[in-house]
Amino acid sequence: MKGFFNKLPEQAVRVIVVFLVLAAGVFLIRQFIIPPEMKEPTLQMESSMEREAAKEVKYAGGQVCVQCHEKEHDIKKAGYHRDLSCESCHGPAQKHADNPTEAKPTSPRKRDYCAYCHTYNSSRPTGFPQINPDTHNPRKPCITCHNPHNPKPSQTPRSCAACHAQIERTKAASYHALLGCTVCHNTPEKHKLLPRTVTPTKPDTREFCGKCHDKASPGNKGRPTVDMDIHGEKYVCWQCHYPHMLGGI
Amino acid sequence: MEAVQHFMELSQQVIGFIYPNEIEIHWSILIVVYPYITGLVAGAFILASLVKVFNVKELQPTYRLALLTALAFLLIAPLPLQLHLGRPERSYEMFMTPNLTSAMAMFGFVYLWYLMVVLLLEIWFEYRRDMIVWSGEAKGVRKWILKILSLFSTDTSEKAVAFDKKTVKVITVIGIPSAFLLHGYVGFIFGSIKANPWWSSVMMPVVFLFSAIVSGIAIVMLLYMIIIPLKGGKIDMKCLDKVASFLFYAVIVDFSIEVLDFIHRLYESEESIKILSQLVTTKLFMSLVVLQILLGMLLPLGVMVIIKVFKLQEELRRLLYFICGVLIQMGIFSTRWNVVIGGQLFSKSFRGLTTYKLEVMGIEGFLVALTLLILPFVILSILIKLLPPWKKEELAGN
Amino acid sequence: MDRRDFLKNVCLVVSSGVFVGGLSSDAWAKLIRKDYDPSKHYYGMGIDIDKCIGCGRCMQACKTENDVPDVPYYFRTWVERYVIKTDRTVTVKTIGMGGEEAPDTFVEKDILRSFFVPKLCNQCDHPPCVQVCPVGATFKTDDGVILVDSKRCIGCRYCIQACPYGARYLHPVTRVADKCTFCYHRLVRGLLPACVEVCPKQARIFGDMKSIASPLGRFTRMNKTHVLKPSLNTDPKVYYANLDGEVN
Repeated sequence: MKGFFNKLPEQAVRVIVVFLVLAAGVFLIRQFIIPPEMKEPTLQMESSMEREAAKEVKYAGGQVCVQCHEKEHDIKKAGYHRDLSCESCHGPAQKHADNPTEAKPTSPRKRDYCAYCHTYNSSRPTGFPQINPDTHNPRKPCITCHNPHNPKPSQTPRSCAACHAQIERTKAASYHALLGCTVCHNTPEKHKLLPRTVTPTKPDTREFCGKCHDKASPGNKGRPTVDMDIHGEKYVCWQCHYPHMLGGI
Repeated sequence: MEAVQHFMELSQQVIGFIYPNEIEIHWSILIVVYPYITGLVAGAFILASLVKVFNVKELQPTYRLALLTALAFLLIAPLPLQLHLGRPERSYEMFMTPNLTSAMAMFGFVYLWYLMVVLLLEIWFEYRRDMIVWSGEAKGVRKWILKILSLFSTDTSEKAVAFDKKTVKVITVIGIPSAFLLHGYVGFIFGSIKANPWWSSVMMPVVFLFSAIVSGIAIVMLLYMIIIPLKGGKIDMKCLDKVASFLFYAVIVDFSIEVLDFIHRLYESEESIKILSQLVTTKLFMSLVVLQILLGMLLPLGVMVIIKVFKLQEELRRLLYFICGVLIQMGIFSTRWNVVIGGQLFSKSFRGLTTYKLEVMGIEGFLVALTLLILPFVILSILIKLLPPWKKEELAGN
Repeated sequence: MDRRDFLKNVCLVVSSGVFVGGLSSDAWAKLIRKDYDPSKHYYGMGIDIDKCIGCGRCMQACKTENDVPDVPYYFRTWVERYVIKTDRTVTVKTIGMGGEEAPDTFVEKDILRSFFVPKLCNQCDHPPCVQVCPVGATFKTDDGVILVDSKRCIGCRYCIQACPYGARYLHPVTRVADKCTFCYHRLVRGLLPACVEVCPKQARIFGDMKSIASPLGRFTRMNKTHVLKPSLNTDPKVYYANLDGEVN
């Protein structure tokens, strides 16, 4: 070793010594001075998971409310809002669950809250009850007629637009605007009470549309007609024509 | 909070749809300045290596200047990164627990390696003999600074100087890939982001490197043309012509690579082509088409072709080299801008464009960026005073 | 004190409190945490596009639960509204937290398809964000959740750039990266994430893929599921049913 250093010129030795001192310093600091939690990734990850898990819970969860509020729960569990969690409307309730007398959750009683979900929006899926808040009993709080825990309307909706607003509005701008929904869809009364189990029918034959639109059918006054024997080959009519929006795609 | 106010203004200028979290441009002007600075470091070093490794004797007058330029910019390089961090006080963690799958984690190590083992060492061995001689002649503070810098070495014999020269050559050989790594890893940081089609490209490190070489050679050329007259010296035209030659070749290669990338994108016409075309023709038109390509590349290229074809006289050549140098700096800065800011101006939904508002004040504002760009020149002037790159005979033009 | 001592103390304090205060059974449930073993769970989420009504309850609940600034920026989860018109143009916007603020400007007869798409961190199995973090502050837990250690993040924002889904943001107060954690602090207590909890239509399904009976398992059996940006090979764990091709 000494021989190696003797063979090197003195400037190289100086440089090497400086580097060795720096390297030793870095090594010593890292090994002995720096605490493990600053350099061990596994320790840091565990500490992070602990801190994350220790964060405060604000929403109590669906099972908690029913332990004290059985009455409301019983009303809710059979109605249209049965899949809604209490905290969807009443806000975070963990503080209330921990301390029922001190912290009270909110109760939205104004029209604007129900409007979050039930205002008409053309992108909402069909079958979801929507209203136009400007024309549907304006200024009256929704809870006047609808119990939020079981929001059955005070009277059964007369028109299909209550739940199928987007189709209604589409149809209103089409050639079929004056055709009632029930002309083509046989709708049992029970559909309004059990919408998913009792469903309306959809016409399934070409002859159905042909009743009005076949050249041969009687009483044609200004309706577009085709010869059903040759028009549209083997297809059912609505495979090309959208009955709710004739004149478009 | 004032951020909300800021976002409300920005939202007015959003075109199309952006993911809601994309309203904020995260990598700002500071992250444009950083690759620009390290590019100058790498490029200046490559110019220096042309002298020592490829034995281009004509470039000798620029050698020490290139090294000092590289050092001046390298010392400033970590600053934009520090200032940009959300938590700058935690930056030491990159040394404690670097994540080995992250290209960014190698910054600290590559930087230290390049500073300590390549640049400082090379400058030390290059200047050692002169430092000893100067410390002998100097008085007061300068004498002691030089003594400490030379590590109290005393041997000025021919054998020792020959050893120094050999060591410099070895260090330069190690230094070339180190310089490539120092700047290339930044290109890889961008090029490896598959989420961003403007950045994600195999050519990104290569484009970064070649534009770095272009900007580095150009800055040394500019500095040489400014400092020599300031010191009352005479510009060595053979050297200057040679530097300009290498600059010319570098610009050609850089331009070819960028054109190749452009043609490739248009030809493949992947999903992102629509939004990227919209980006280039609207938000980036000035900075990309005009500043980067026309003024920053095509114009200097044309000028240098003219210089090569028509043997112009010395004064005109100097003027044109100077103009080219300035245009190229502007062009390469625009290149960095177009990559960094451009890549954040379009939404990852490919459905919209947002906007970047450069603040004047503030820690990531224009003034801070300008200061960071001026500081290296201040440091360089101190370095030149301490370690003059040219002897009196060299200045007179031997 | 180190982690072991801290946990021991917590258990002692809590168990003594139980005998003194006489806590109810579901307060016990909140103590699940000390028996929680991350390696026994693997979480994912399912989203049924046909069910989402775009009410924004999930966006609001998430902000409340996770202390995200209550401003219309910085979202851990958000809902996008797509309107595809008959002329093939597509309009997308993020809904406000109160549902839709302005009245609809879309004319029904021009609409071809229209729907809402909830988005959030996909908790990818090959997360590009974890790959690029220079200090390892963001990581994947054994139960499949990507967390950000807010004490170690240096705020370099590389992860925000690397996320293809725009799920991450820089928290304006703590100045570190932040994102959806599947409400990890709720998961370890056996609760559902806040957004799943408040969704009125059960458009969001949450499940433990290591459980023999979970809503997510059934969801992935009964629906053809899609993930966002599959070509990027991030292996997201948020599965969409009835996802339209225009969503990206």
